[in-house]
Amino acid sequence: MRGSGKAAGRWEPVVSASVYLDHPYATALDHTLNVDLFIDGDARPRHIALELSLESARELVDAMSRALAQGERA
Amino acid sequence: MLDPLLAETVTIRGHGGDPIPAYLARPLGPGPYPGVVVIHHMPGWDAGTWEIARRFAAHGYICICPNLHHRDLPGAAPDDAAAAARANGGVPDERFLGDCQGAIRSLRGMPSCSGLVATIGYCSGGRQSFLAACELDPDAAVVCYGAFIAVKPPAGSTTNVVPVIARAIDIACPVLGLFGAEDTHPSPDEVAEIDAELTRLGKQHEFHTYDNAGHAFFATDRPAYRPDAAADGWRRVWAFFADTLHSAGDVRSSSAV
Repeated sequence: MRGSGKAAGRWEPVVSASVYLDHPYATALDHTLNVDLFIDGDARPRHIALELSLESARELVDAMSRALAQGERA
Repeated sequence: MLDPLLAETVTIRGHGGDPIPAYLARPLGPGPYPGVVVIHHMPGWDAGTWEIARRFAAHGYICICPNLHHRDLPGAAPDDAAAAARANGGVPDERFLGDCQGAIRSLRGMPSCSGLVATIGYCSGGRQSFLAACELDPDAAVVCYGAFIAVKPPAGSTTNVVPVIARAIDIACPVLGLFGAEDTHPSPDEVAEIDAELTRLGKQHEFHTYDNAGHAFFATDRPAYRPDAAADGWRRVWAFFADTLHSAGDVRSSSAV
């Protein structure tokens, strides 16, 4: 991956990601779409975590797709 | 009368002799008390798991829960370590067995422990509890909705585990299995397959599948929580441990949930 993520107040390079559907840690749902963005740096924690309901995950995917399409047309 | 208890984080020697953190909850009386190794689920060595450990202690068991994700990100918060473990494909079976044996050894080495020790695991921990029954020497094992004992994970899964049902031939202790009829991992078909294989091998076991319950029905902080199934499940755990971890005439076990 190429990009950056902000954790603990600092921008760090994002080196990899795990995307999976499984039990969440903090969200009161049985399953969520979970994204762990692993950053390379000395900021702690070393990943940026996201847990989304399945509906929210689909909405996010659609929004990302639309933004990419608009950017490509521009 | 329930004993007062102590709960704390300790260090035990796990796989390869590595020092790993473990949550220890124990009655403060002289004992002897049976021991229980609580095997945490994939979201990690977390508050819900520690609460389970304290429940066992309150009912007269010395309980240890090792942090199986410690090596994936030492010193990290449980959720960060769990994320790292997931990125690494989960906990390798060999490493788990070493950590679990270390926990069993720690329990049996405690002066107040009777020497009888069980394992209990939830979700991925359920599979691991089954594996412990196959490969280690617990006196009893409880499997709570453990998936991928008899079937492979689906394609694209973040876990690298393999089925372990072929190792059931080496099980040398009674096994209690608690499952939800609405669960998909394990599905009722997988549960039936495990049940049939243990019967075929002549292994002492009892399985219970609860209607209107799915995965994680013991988890009080999830929508999956099913009070009726969880209450009955706990009653079965206490009864199972009364039969397997206590000598005749010992009334230490409790019928309270």
